[in-house]
Amino acid sequence: MISLFGSRMSLGDDAGIVGSYGVVGSFPKDFDYGPDDHDMENGAVPPDNRPRILLMGLRRSGKSSIQKVVFHKMSPNETLFLESTNKVVKSDVNSTSFVQFQIWDFPGQIDFFDSTFDSETIFGGCGALVFVIDAQDDYMEALVRLNVTVSRAFKVNPNIKFEVFIHKVDGLSDDHKIETQRDIHQRATDDLADSGLDGVHLSFYLTSIYDHSIFEAFSKVVQKLIPQLGTLENLLDILISNSCIEKAFLFDVDSKIYIATDSSPVDMQSYELCCDMIDVVIDVSCIYGLKEDGEGTAYDSESSSVIRLNNGTILYLKEVNRHLALVCILREDSFDRQGLIDYNFLCFKKAIEEVFEVRQNSIAGSYSGGQRLSTDSFDSPKTNGAVSTKS
Amino acid sequence: MSHRTDGKRPSHKKKRQSSLQIGHIKRKKVLLMGKSGSGKTSMRSIIFANYIARDTRRLAATIDVEHSHVRFLGNLVLNLWDCGGQEAFMENYFASQRDNIFRNVEVLIYVFDVESRELEKDMHYYQSCLDAILKNSKEAKIFCLIHKMDLVQEDQRDLIFRQREDDLKRLSKPLECTCFRTSIWDETLYHAWSSIVYLLIPNVQQLENNLKHFANIIDADEVLLFERATFLVISHCQLRQHKDVHRFEKISNIIKQFKLSCSKFAASFQSMEVRNSSFAAFIDVFTSNTYVMVIMSDPSIPSATTLINIKNARKHFEKLEKASEQPLMR
Repeated sequence: MISLFGSRMSLGDDAGIVGSYGVVGSFPKDFDYGPDDHDMENGAVPPDNRPRILLMGLRRSGKSSIQKVVFHKMSPNETLFLESTNKVVKSDVNSTSFVQFQIWDFPGQIDFFDSTFDSETIFGGCGALVFVIDAQDDYMEALVRLNVTVSRAFKVNPNIKFEVFIHKVDGLSDDHKIETQRDIHQRATDDLADSGLDGVHLSFYLTSIYDHSIFEAFSKVVQKLIPQLGTLENLLDILISNSCIEKAFLFDVDSKIYIATDSSPVDMQSYELCCDMIDVVIDVSCIYGLKEDGEGTAYDSESSSVIRLNNGTILYLKEVNRHLALVCILREDSFDRQGLIDYNFLCFKKAIEEVFEVRQNSIAGSYSGGQRLSTDSFDSPKTNGAVSTKS
Repeated sequence: MSHRTDGKRPSHKKKRQSSLQIGHIKRKKVLLMGKSGSGKTSMRSIIFANYIARDTRRLAATIDVEHSHVRFLGNLVLNLWDCGGQEAFMENYFASQRDNIFRNVEVLIYVFDVESRELEKDMHYYQSCLDAILKNSKEAKIFCLIHKMDLVQEDQRDLIFRQREDDLKRLSKPLECTCFRTSIWDETLYHAWSSIVYLLIPNVQQLENNLKHFANIIDADEVLLFERATFLVISHCQLRQHKDVHRFEKISNIIKQFKLSCSKFAASFQSMEVRNSSFAAFIDVFTSNTYVMVIMSDPSIPSATTLINIKNARKHFEKLEKASEQPLMR
């Protein structure tokens, strides 16, 4: 399971964290996200205890490529040179990325009935299982495999989220894509119903490493496993309604996954544009933003950027913390009140820090009901301190 | 033999001299030659026609000669002769069309595919070009691009490039050639074309002096001038040392990629500001043909100050540009 703020702790009452998952003791008690200045080493979760996303699918379906492109900044073209995975590769999505978890990349032909395959351990600690199907190939065998995998995993851990990536769709026409998705969806759900598992929910995504769809899909997968998503969305809604912002995303800068957005519908193009903006900012900062003595990073606490487009749209990026950035889309006229927007942003940033503190306090065990920052307090703009720019 | 154009202008008019000035438009003839499949059209598409590297897969073999007139820096028109590399055409160039093609050439760019299995043949054609140049345009500048370097393993690249460069320099005598290693998948392409185009800019020295003056006044670390459409760096001024010698082409590449993403959104970017605790970079429209990039390392200087300075400098540089466009008006 992925959890930004630590997961369930073995505490007597866990009233604090909303939507905790039932994996007892998956984090040591001293798991600490820490404020920005904190040395990340102290806060890093030992590899064995991190939540897991499993990447499964037939051979050559694209699992390792996905992992490399999304989390290791590999260019899609370079994935042609990747070799076949022949054993389980566990990689930690590092402490450089805000979202800490482990990805387990399985070789294509894994035998569940082999004695070395420990279903309990593997599926027990898992939050999400991503099954990759190659849409350019004949997917019947993949569907069979999907069924077997889901059945097996569900028996061990009914809380796993099952995500199906219909992958390599860059080569298909739009009609073909829709048709393929419909077909796979139909067959997969039918197969599950036949196996008596109609309670299991599968989510389907059309993905390709050659465009932003893989990032979008992973964003949604990650978001489902964040207990505090509601709070984050709420904060974003308050921010944008008070600052005349059209759309805002809270991005993990390293992987370009967005972990939260406001409640208006997400337009793929906007998301892509924001991803591209992050690329530009990081690339330019890497060239000019490193100190001479080698200290300092390209993306630091003062990182920000404004990009003006010729159609009156402005893209505004502000650093939230070491791993997160807020990227907003707004109109030129709204940006006249930049001072107010910046003030509101500071309130927002402080609120995010407070949400972390809650988790920290609860982990430390010194948590008491009265100190809790309830989500109610974020409903009222006044409490949040945000100033409306509409007046 | 008919000449195909880019579908825009018929070219049955007789070709005139290269640095012809019609009014105040200067045309410079740039020949782009090389064997079939070596990557000429892809390069041209990326630099001048806003293709991204992936789109070039769709390009078909060039038939005969493709002419494009690329407007560059307002008053400069690059007359690109993208000569189809298939054998039949190559033979033709050196036979009946020779004088037509090789006369009044300012720049010859010859593209070699690094993976070619017919090195002998490549060299043979190259030499034929050189012979033709020697007879018709002795003053032309010659550039050799060793292309598709991404297909060579990284640790081999320097070695292979050096070998080819030595061979070519030897073969080219008495003419001089400058060699570059390129790939459409990284910034080396921009580096090569920037260097080539730099030589074609009329008043480059004056431009650089003015930029230096500007940089001094506003206390900038660095000022870069880009051509508007291609984002090739045409001039720069550096007041502070920087470790990365390849940063110009990297920036060209970065901005060009972003420009292309914006066009998917049916928009284009106008200006950009990026900062962190140790720097602030401003990219903005400058004159009618250029963009400027200013790097400030004193983060305490407010953005508004730099933006006003850029705005005021615009008028001055516009005047400079106009002056270079009308050299005959006295």
